[in-house]
Amino acid sequence: MAGLLKNIGRFYRDGFKNQTWGRPLIWLVVLKFFILFAILRVFFFRPALAGMTDAEKSEAVGETLTRNHHMDHNNTGTYNLKD
Amino acid sequence: MDVVIWSRLQFAMTAAYHWLFVPLTLGLALVMAVMETLYVVKKDDFWRKTAQFWMKVFAINFAVGIATGIILEFEFGTNWSNYSWFVGDMFGAPLAIEGILAFFMEATFFAVMFFGWDKVSKRFHLASTWLTGIGATISAYWILVANGWMQNPVGTTFNPDTVRSEMASALAFWEVISNPVAVSKFFHSVTSGWVTGGVFVVAVSGWYLLKGRETQFAKKSMLIGAIVGLVGSAAVMLSGDSSGVHAAEFQPMKLAAAEGLENGGRRAPFSIVPGVKIPGMLSILATHDLDGFVPGINDILNGYTDNDGNVIPSVAEKMEKGRKALDALAVYRELRESDPDSAAVARAILDENVQYMGYGHLEKPEDVVPPVGVVFWSFRFMIGLGMLMALMLLLALWFVWKDKLENKRWFFIAALCCIPLVYICGQCGWIVAEVGRQPWTIQGLLPVNVAISSLSAGAVKTTFFLFLAIFALFLFIEIRIMLGAIRKGPQITED
Repeated sequence: MAGLLKNIGRFYRDGFKNQTWGRPLIWLVVLKFFILFAILRVFFFRPALAGMTDAEKSEAVGETLTRNHHMDHNNTGTYNLKD
Repeated sequence: MDVVIWSRLQFAMTAAYHWLFVPLTLGLALVMAVMETLYVVKKDDFWRKTAQFWMKVFAINFAVGIATGIILEFEFGTNWSNYSWFVGDMFGAPLAIEGILAFFMEATFFAVMFFGWDKVSKRFHLASTWLTGIGATISAYWILVANGWMQNPVGTTFNPDTVRSEMASALAFWEVISNPVAVSKFFHSVTSGWVTGGVFVVAVSGWYLLKGRETQFAKKSMLIGAIVGLVGSAAVMLSGDSSGVHAAEFQPMKLAAAEGLENGGRRAPFSIVPGVKIPGMLSILATHDLDGFVPGINDILNGYTDNDGNVIPSVAEKMEKGRKALDALAVYRELRESDPDSAAVARAILDENVQYMGYGHLEKPEDVVPPVGVVFWSFRFMIGLGMLMALMLLLALWFVWKDKLENKRWFFIAALCCIPLVYICGQCGWIVAEVGRQPWTIQGLLPVNVAISSLSAGAVKTTFFLFLAIFALFLFIEIRIMLGAIRKGPQITED
């Protein structure tokens, strides 16, 4: 098993090392991943609901969905619009 | 412009940019796999070098296109957080499977394909080349399962406690992955990629012939490109037919907008351009029946009876039911702990009306009408350009088959002009699919103005222009590298 993993590792290492025209492409991919994950994701694309628990997320989204639909309830199974 | 418009523009730009790379990846994957198969079967080194050249072009496209889809996922979390939470695992599961599958298949087989020449057996290498293409195609399937669910949300139930869509039953996952909208969308999108790949190969081969270079390579590549492209064209037409039937069934407003059909009826005409109509054609295309009823925009607004005899309520009625659902949701959430009996009554009202919940957010019935002009003309450009591509591919096949490529300068130039046109064709298809389903992010359940996060328009505007700059830069780099590779050519010594 260890031998197999070693061979796979060597296969990838040699593959990258022996690249000619592919080398700039590899650097391009590395640059792109850096821009995506180290810049855009960190500074510009923080999830809006990050840091909330699932219950808080449900509450926040539920609040948005029912923003204009707060109701009075008269215990008879009917509902009257408050606002 | 408000934050909804900016967020939509940003998402549209990112998706359109992503779709610049995907179709060529899907198309070239098939082209190079066929070429390598010829190398293994015929044991002719010419095919190995030919396949290697197109693999190089594939790699350039792949390297620039890789991870552009991830930006869409960033946008889901940041700009569309309500949507992201609301869709729950219905959307998350297919995307997660796609991410894992794409990573493992691409990391494995893509590497063998590029690093493995002379290191693994010919057959294993060939299998890796096919599996690279199959992996990309399967990835596309999962993405389109997610997209198809937004257009036709099957197998789902709304949980008012979590405010999420959840799998409705043990069989729901099967319903989601076999969603007819997803299946036809998958075949339509993937085979349109084959057309893109075919057109690209034919056009680049034509350029070599125009320059009097790499003649044998160019002719044989053109043959393979034309065959792949034509198979793709035929499949696009067939899957387009089923997409039309599904639009009529699940998103009739999209079809009505694509046709600019104000008032529908039986024997509905298909409009080629405004004022030029084929009587009865739309009924045949949408229902496979000359007497099939196709609702127009006004029918959908006012309510109608469909071909199965179901009475479809007017949008105003749906809005009323939608408001009832939202009212009941508000009451349920308020009382579920303090007054479980009343909450149960509210829950029952919610369940009864939940399929129209999204309509409760609309201000007026006309809000369900997408921008008709955009959808109508995109649809016509898509079909017109698609037919033009098929004609060009047919001519390429004919000229190669009959060995009549001498002095066909006009054809080589026309083929080159088809490269931007095939991309415009694909983009128009997505405009029809996505603009045509407005105002919904999830058909009937969640309109865009509720799906959005509470962000300022300025914040989204900033990232919009940032993306525009980054995308333009990477596209410029790709085109430069690709043109360099094409100019250098396959460097095959010809007899």
